[in-house]
Amino acid sequence: MIEAEAVTVRIGRRVLLDDVSFTAQTGAVTGIVGPNGSGKTTLLRALVRATPLSSGRIALDGNDLRIRPRRWIARHVAEVGQRSEPDPSLRIVDEVSLGGLAEHGVLRSGGAAFDDRVADALEAVELSHRAFDRLSTLSGGELQRVALARALAHGASHVLLDEPTNHLDIRHRLEIVSLLRRIAPTVVIVLHDLDLAAEVCDHVVVLHRGRVAGAGRPADVLLPPLLDEVYDVTTHSHQGPDGRARLSFSLPSPNPSPRTKETA
Amino acid sequence: MTSLAQREVVSSIRRGRRRGAVMIAALVSAAIIAALVAVSIGPVPIAPASVIGIIGDGVFSTGRGDWSDSAQQIVWGTRLPRVAMALVAGAVLAVSGAMLQALVRNSLADPYLLGLNSGASTGVALVVLVIGGGSALLFSGAALAGAIGAVLLVLMLAGVANRRGPLRLVLAGLAVGYALNAATSFLVFSSDSPEAARSVLFWLLGSLAAVQPLALAAAAVTAAVGIGILIVIAPMIDALASGDDSARSAGIDPERTRIALMVGVSAMVGVTVAAVGGVGFIGLVVPHLARRLAGGRHRVVLPISALLGAILLVAADTVARTAFAPQEIPVGVITGIIGAPFLLLLLRTSSSPAHTS
Repeated sequence: MIEAEAVTVRIGRRVLLDDVSFTAQTGAVTGIVGPNGSGKTTLLRALVRATPLSSGRIALDGNDLRIRPRRWIARHVAEVGQRSEPDPSLRIVDEVSLGGLAEHGVLRSGGAAFDDRVADALEAVELSHRAFDRLSTLSGGELQRVALARALAHGASHVLLDEPTNHLDIRHRLEIVSLLRRIAPTVVIVLHDLDLAAEVCDHVVVLHRGRVAGAGRPADVLLPPLLDEVYDVTTHSHQGPDGRARLSFSLPSPNPSPRTKETA
Repeated sequence: MTSLAQREVVSSIRRGRRRGAVMIAALVSAAIIAALVAVSIGPVPIAPASVIGIIGDGVFSTGRGDWSDSAQQIVWGTRLPRVAMALVAGAVLAVSGAMLQALVRNSLADPYLLGLNSGASTGVALVVLVIGGGSALLFSGAALAGAIGAVLLVLMLAGVANRRGPLRLVLAGLAVGYALNAATSFLVFSSDSPEAARSVLFWLLGSLAAVQPLALAAAAVTAAVGIGILIVIAPMIDALASGDDSARSAGIDPERTRIALMVGVSAMVGVTVAAVGGVGFIGLVVPHLARRLAGGRHRVVLPISALLGAILLVAADTVARTAFAPQEIPVGVITGIIGAPFLLLLLRTSSSPAHTS
């Protein structure tokens, strides 16, 4: 469980996060959504103390992050960054093995049990057959799956993901989505795709200009009035073939643009 | 659940580790052979067997063989120190290149690109041309201070503290390097002692001709300690090279670790540059070759880089002192001649796109 209480981050005179509070429950997938520059990535960085808080408090399973050593945080939280640009000469299996560093440290190896975990993680993202290929030979989507496998091998109780489905095609996106619940008890995920957020998240936090504009169950939060204001668009909600609500958007103007953009 | 594929992966992981160890053992033997051959080659050829005997006698007092006093004199007095210096300098330059490429995540990074060589050169030029000479330790100190000064300036300009990313480090390194090179050139140009200016110029091109025992000892100790530490903490470097998110997930502060490692590497480079001057291309080319051979794990890449760099510099220096004997060519010229086409070849056959940013 991650609890953020009145988190404020200022860099110079710019306020990146302003009094942000939310809770990511154990056993739930918590989504963070919001327009570009709304503070999503800053919030994710703050959750691993990579960005210092100007005020407020973040607790992990009740432990205040400020008083915990870096290594303790690393053992409990795995991060999957937005633009993973790993060393291209590394082999997939070596990159995934990095997930064990927090647990067994730099001086010792993870031993046979950890090798098994690496193999399991590779199997889970369907990359076993390419385990010894160099990262330079992978596509963006495959790199994304490697990063996810690293988090799986890490075995942390909390995983933070920044746009993990960015470069993925439909099939692999579905796979990642199906993995989300297995990856860790507590998952916090930054997403751009609101339909996807509605589908995979139990709880969403909508950020707007560094503040929480809304939070709660996706069906209660991702609704036209809030989204219109936050994204400065006109939101249309309609029922999809499976009975779930789907969103589409158009530019707000006196003469609404004829081209409405369906979210993928 | 363990499928066949998974068991295969696990056993391949172990095979891969053994392969790295075998490769290192093979290169250690190759380095020893290269050093022996290099010591035996020269205006007065000495049979490798005699070289082994002379070294054995000197170190373990294994007794005299049928070699002459002059052979003993040549081995201990000139060739062995020179070959030892080449081994040490080659290893340090190659490891520094591999480290810098990983730290700034740019495959073109080397001690030159980040201004370390330039800083060390300016330090030495200041000592020679302004103070007017000094001991080997003074050179080492000046080069060390110059290299560390340069890297601190680079870090400050790039604003690493504000997490501005590795590309800025490269740009700041280029700027600092050019500025320091200009300063060195100005010092050489404005010197009123043509002899001192000439010696600085020769040193700038890189040479192992005048190895001072003290400089050799300083470089050897720095190299052994530095490279040893780096190999021990190698997984940390893997995590840093993999990205800031994976470094943090491993419990490593990416910014601070990057700064600490860059300062450490520049100290190692500084002491080496003080001893041998500007030997280019080893720091750039050898790490690429090592990664090609050994994959990306620095626990293997670093020792392999060190060994390949050592072998390459011993070979290049042997050519430098024998090709046009008794005239000597600066060894930096030889490494440049070998290095440039070699780098082009690597780039042509490389499957990996140059990884920038």
